[in-house]
Amino acid sequence: MTLDTYYLGIDVGSVSTNLILMDENDIILKKLYLRTSGQPIRVLCEGLSILKEYIGENVSRIGSVGATGSGRRLAAVIAGADIVKNEITAHAVAAQKVVPGVRTIMEIGGQDSKIIFLKEGVVHDFAMNTVCAAGTGSFLDRQAERLGIPISEIGKFALRSKSPVRIAGRCAVFAESDMIHKQQAGYCLEDIICGLCEGLVRNYLNNLAKGREIHEPVMFQGGVAANIGIVHAFRKALQKEIIVPEYYDVMGAYGAALLAKEKMRSEKRAKTTAFKGFRAAENNYISRNLECCGCPNMCEVLEILSNGNVIARWGDKCGKWSFGI
Amino acid sequence: MKVTFPHMGNLYISAKVLFEELGIDYVIPPFTSKKTLEIGTRYVPECACLPLKITIGNLIEAQQLGADTVLMAGGCGPCRFGYYCEMYREILKDLNCNMDIITLEPPGAHISRLLQGIRKLLGGCNLYKMARAVKCFTRVVMEVDEIERLVFKIKPRELDKGGTDEIYKAFKKDALKVKGARQIIELVRETKNKLMKVKTDEKAKPLKIGIVGEIYSTIDSWTNMDIQSRLGAMGVESHRYVTISNWVIEHIIKKALKIPRDLSYEHAARPYLGKMIGGHALETIGNTVLYALRGYDGIIQVYPLTCMPEIVAESILPAVERNYDIPVLTLIIDEMTGEAGYITRIEAFVDLILRKKEKKVLDLGYILPGY
Repeated sequence: MTLDTYYLGIDVGSVSTNLILMDENDIILKKLYLRTSGQPIRVLCEGLSILKEYIGENVSRIGSVGATGSGRRLAAVIAGADIVKNEITAHAVAAQKVVPGVRTIMEIGGQDSKIIFLKEGVVHDFAMNTVCAAGTGSFLDRQAERLGIPISEIGKFALRSKSPVRIAGRCAVFAESDMIHKQQAGYCLEDIICGLCEGLVRNYLNNLAKGREIHEPVMFQGGVAANIGIVHAFRKALQKEIIVPEYYDVMGAYGAALLAKEKMRSEKRAKTTAFKGFRAAENNYISRNLECCGCPNMCEVLEILSNGNVIARWGDKCGKWSFGI
Repeated sequence: MKVTFPHMGNLYISAKVLFEELGIDYVIPPFTSKKTLEIGTRYVPECACLPLKITIGNLIEAQQLGADTVLMAGGCGPCRFGYYCEMYREILKDLNCNMDIITLEPPGAHISRLLQGIRKLLGGCNLYKMARAVKCFTRVVMEVDEIERLVFKIKPRELDKGGTDEIYKAFKKDALKVKGARQIIELVRETKNKLMKVKTDEKAKPLKIGIVGEIYSTIDSWTNMDIQSRLGAMGVESHRYVTISNWVIEHIIKKALKIPRDLSYEHAARPYLGKMIGGHALETIGNTVLYALRGYDGIIQVYPLTCMPEIVAESILPAVERNYDIPVLTLIIDEMTGEAGYITRIEAFVDLILRKKEKKVLDLGYILPGY
């Protein structure tokens, strides 16, 4: 009996670590959306253990693995990856799979936000937030916490608003003081939250789209797409239909899995995956950082050990450490 | 008198030759590092541009090695660079660094001031000696830039990864050991031979990216986090019109000798910007057009945060992008720039132009949409 081959996509982001398991027909079988909580290695191992329970011990069922997100190198070192790609490419691939012919992809993640423009099926232009993270998931997270509302409820609050107040969304710190000011002035919570959503959308469109024309179909993905308030604010600002895909929160991981599958297919001779197996999750990982004193650059070198063996080092400019394994 | 100067890419090699030919005692500042920038950001106003912060750091580090005089080029530059020497003077004075600053004003506007600078430097005005040294300097500047150009041409094609880098690194190191113009030119010749012998993939057709933007941040590889070397490692050939030799020859020597300059970039930029607006904005736009006409696949613009001429250029570039169908990526650098985000953007940009090109050339059935 032959078993189906599965593909694994891993997206290690600043706020969430996502894993998805995809079958031969590009259908997502299992998705995991875990909070990174500042411990990507531990969360990644946790994710792998959950998948192991789902799939069983048989590692040979994993055809290939793709890694993306700001922690993509880390993921590749821990789990073993056949392809390591940046988030922009991964998101574009996944979005195109779900809505063929998509022209604009808006993605708002934990600490970065991006907009991707496609033309005739190819990424034509993209922009990422440059010097500021106002308006990203982390900020919404913090405001929800401050207001004592679960983050998942924020959107519902926004929808109940009758007349949203205007919140300055340009800077996270000023947005917060503006919100506090409006609170003290006696505005109701719903209107403030709705105003916040609109402020963030305004900020996003000003900073990223910068007046470029936004063509339909428009997709909205990333963790923040869960917030129905933001989705509505986008709809209102753009006067366009906004498509939120079913797996909006794990699109990066989905893209990575698609890329990994493609990579295996385009290889001329059959190659075995670099996947280290689910057992990798059981190893004892330690990371430590050291400051190199070899030159005045004083690079901070990070070293990752698995069961006492060094498996990766990075952070140096000259390659003395990263090549010396 | 011990003369020093701020770093800018490989300028130290040619500056060394100039001082040696003139018989002046000199100090090369320690190579720019995080420490240099830390020193610079401590003493330079926060909103000043990044090159000022780095170069002040260079000077302070050189002073610790015994330098007492700074030689600086171009005082009446048409952007904030024009005030660099005054800023150096004031900042160093506030720090009680007793350093004398000699500015070599570009000839033309203030020829008397130039001569004054030279007299101070040489303790006389031996024009023959000066002319000879300048000739050697110019020759070396050109040769060193040629090496750099070759490296970024060969690296994306090399078969043994890292081979080109090793030769280039060795050259930069050995250049410190040899003395005078003749030995440097000999070293350049040897290095060129070595580069020519690097085994390359004859059939490779790498993507080609043109680098445009502010002069210091595009030339200084420490500042732009080795962008050209990184592109090379990704298998992308990169080229940059704005080099030290180009600047020295076009803006100083040709102007001084009243030889007509190469103004092709100015013509190319004319439909978008008809006037010199300071800094390298005109070059940025003109060169983008020239790269597009030469069939380059993409353009990367690099500039330090708050660089006014480049901000203007950035806002004009989308028009060039549209008219010539050439993708442009803008990267802004300052002391807070994180390496990870910077590399992600470059990587994604390379992906973008690669897919765009593939789609243009042949419609490969197996390529994923959007990838």
